[in-house]
Amino acid sequence: MTDRSTMETIARLVPQGARVLDLGCGDGAMLAHLQATRGCTGYGVEIDDANVLACVKRSVNVIQLNLDEGLSMFGDQSFDVVLQIDTLQHLRNAEVVLRETARVGRTGIVAFPNFGHWPNRLSVLLGRMPVTRRLPYQWYDTPNIRVGTHADLQLLTQRNGLQILDSFGIHNGRTVRLAPNLLASTSVLKFSR
Amino acid sequence: MLIAKPQSMHFAAVLPLQSGASIRDYALSYETYGALNADKSNAVLICHALNASHHVAGVYEGQDKSEGWWDNMIGPGKPVDTNKLFVIGVNNLGSCFGSTGPMHVNPDTGRIYGADFPVVTVEDWVNAQARLLDALGIQTLAAVMGGSLGGMQALSWTLQHPQRVRHAVVVASAPNLTAENIAFNEVARRAIATDPDFHGGHFYEQGVIPKRGLRIARMIGHITYLSDDVMNEKFGRQLREGIELKYSTQDVEFQIESYLRYQGDKFAEYFDANTYLLITRALDYFDPARTYNGDLSHALARAKCKFLLVSFTTDWRFSPQRSRELVKALLDNRRDVSYAEIDAPHGHDAFLLDDPRYMGLIRSYFDSIENEASKGQP
Repeated sequence: MTDRSTMETIARLVPQGARVLDLGCGDGAMLAHLQATRGCTGYGVEIDDANVLACVKRSVNVIQLNLDEGLSMFGDQSFDVVLQIDTLQHLRNAEVVLRETARVGRTGIVAFPNFGHWPNRLSVLLGRMPVTRRLPYQWYDTPNIRVGTHADLQLLTQRNGLQILDSFGIHNGRTVRLAPNLLASTSVLKFSR
Repeated sequence: MLIAKPQSMHFAAVLPLQSGASIRDYALSYETYGALNADKSNAVLICHALNASHHVAGVYEGQDKSEGWWDNMIGPGKPVDTNKLFVIGVNNLGSCFGSTGPMHVNPDTGRIYGADFPVVTVEDWVNAQARLLDALGIQTLAAVMGGSLGGMQALSWTLQHPQRVRHAVVVASAPNLTAENIAFNEVARRAIATDPDFHGGHFYEQGVIPKRGLRIARMIGHITYLSDDVMNEKFGRQLREGIELKYSTQDVEFQIESYLRYQGDKFAEYFDANTYLLITRALDYFDPARTYNGDLSHALARAKCKFLLVSFTTDWRFSPQRSRELVKALLDNRRDVSYAEIDAPHGHDAFLLDDPRYMGLIRSYFDSIENEASKGQP
């Protein structure tokens, strides 16, 4: 997921000079990239100590918070873009955080592993949970507590009254617009209130 | 080993205080570590909390166990690296470690100040510190840093002198004290003021020290600096001696009692009673949002610098929630801010202790400050 081409594909959805909040920002690579190449400003949110340190090391603003406790610290529509890259699947309150993303940001961008990708379907059809490059975990040790497909994410977004601005997949760093629910390992959704 | 040399600077000019009173002919004790670079861009001011001083780092020549109170944080090769930074520690007005305080002579009356020492606030301290920097020829600080009450001073620097600070590191601090916090301070103050040896604050002439009050004040303070967990781990229900109960109401029975009495005794030997009242009052009064109808975001709009805030999960005296309030107000103002919540067991005391996550974070933040300073960036 963190490979360069995937990061750049998502970065292209972020306007020049945007004020960005990156929820679950990891080591801050995305924000550093957006700051360096697109003149963006903003903050990352992380729960993990090592990632917080990594952000401080690369001079990326980072706020240590548990996203499952909500985004009350952030004002309504206070960011141009709120990113949730490979974050939603780890959250207990995934639906709440999705709504909060749209409250805090004028635009929300969510990317997460698509369980509808055909090798995953095949694996389940053969009676086993999928283990792939994109989903390298066993069913018993996966941190991905929310398992969904590209279509599921679209449905959830719509059910929360959010407007889908763009919807596609990414696979091996390439954008997938044809049948992304079947052909892409990563699902990407851009939405707003 | 870093050898610290305390210095003192005399200020003849009147310093107007927030209360409307003023003070003149005062001295500030301070120490500096490292070297100021040519363009004077590497100065870091360290602000102290309740019972600390200008002796931040290093040891005094020929004195064992004389390490500065933040020696684990500051020094050559330490997270705040004095090989690269010029670090200043200053003792605040009203304290009892060398700067002018209630135990000194009031130039207006020729008598010891005692209870007549003017009430000083965090803002007054910051103004006094700014005058010291003026005298040292330092216009802009690379960073101002402090924990607890020291963090309040660091924050206040960014509001009172926003153009003179590039970074503020605010550790285990708060935008003001809660009612519970003021309540603890009040218990400590009453313990001191009701000690028969206090004499309304004019005990120096009587040749006595209100040690009983100071001991109790320290005991209650100490309880609030620790966490329940760490106290249980350290002392639990251990008896001081043997395994049999003494069935005594006044003897020391449990280890924790012994520990608190020891801490109280130690403190009463070196701390000044009037200083304790003054400093706890400064804590109580600090509230930058007060003049903005309690709107902290509005109050922090004046700050221009970059911030690092750190809190500790088990700190219930200056809880993470209070630091988050500061973070939120800075976010509202679109300031550059990073915030870390360190999961340490030690309560408020954690800000003075070694924790690799905490130390690593401060080190990395100061690395980036040093890089800026060496590149000459604003």
